[in-house]
Amino acid sequence: MSNQDMRTPKAKILHLGSARSGTSDHVVQRATALAIAPLSVFFIVSVVALAGAEYDTARAYLGHPLVSILLIALIGAVVVHMRIGVKITIEDYVHSEGLKHYVLLANSFFSYGIGLACIYAVLKISFGS
Amino acid sequence: MAAPRQVERPLSPHLQIYRFTITMAMSIIHRITGIGLYMGMALLAWWLIAAATGPEAYAVFLGVADSIIGKIILFGFTWALCNHLLSGIRYFFWDAALAFELKTADVISWGAAIGGIVLTVIVWFAAIVLRGVL
Repeated sequence: MSNQDMRTPKAKILHLGSARSGTSDHVVQRATALAIAPLSVFFIVSVVALAGAEYDTARAYLGHPLVSILLIALIGAVVVHMRIGVKITIEDYVHSEGLKHYVLLANSFFSYGIGLACIYAVLKISFGS
Repeated sequence: MAAPRQVERPLSPHLQIYRFTITMAMSIIHRITGIGLYMGMALLAWWLIAAATGPEAYAVFLGVADSIIGKIILFGFTWALCNHLLSGIRYFFWDAALAFELKTADVISWGAAIGGIVLTVIVWFAAIVLRGVL
């Protein structure tokens, strides 16, 4: 047994202790925020421009390659950001270990599901029906 | 035999014991707006799917979005996004170990709170003035 290891045998079989990923959520949350900040300004401007627009106009705008690419980038970053944000909220407030895992799973399903739906829709608009 | 003595043990302070500070309020609002935006993403999905589906589906979305309830929800979504965006920028300063002085932290927090409302009004004003510009 290594003298370097500070964990007790019981902690080891219970998988307690450092998972070496403690700051991952924090770093990814900031990285995605950095991407979302300018992209959300583009999104707000786009929605303002499209307010009250006809179907054909909206479709032509959303289908422009540059707009589609920026939208997909925004959605991708948002999905990761929203999943982590709600994940840490769940970890803060749901204390039942069993329930927590199902709620975390529902969070992942919702986040990735929204992402899949949005990206599929943008691609369909962009590539034409 | 002496009666068991009731010891007044100190309790750890809970939320209502603390003085209101804008940093505390904005921290709570940041999480609430984040959860609001999380649920609002379903509306973005609906909008994009409607646009991808066809004119009828898009008309249904526009009908709901243009209703009073729809406008209230979209206005709330706009505010949540503007507030969360400006509020979130503060965390980059704090991550860089900047703006930790109480006065500075208060100023940028009030700035984010008021800025979020101002930005929301500007966005809606622009949307109304520019309606149908494209």
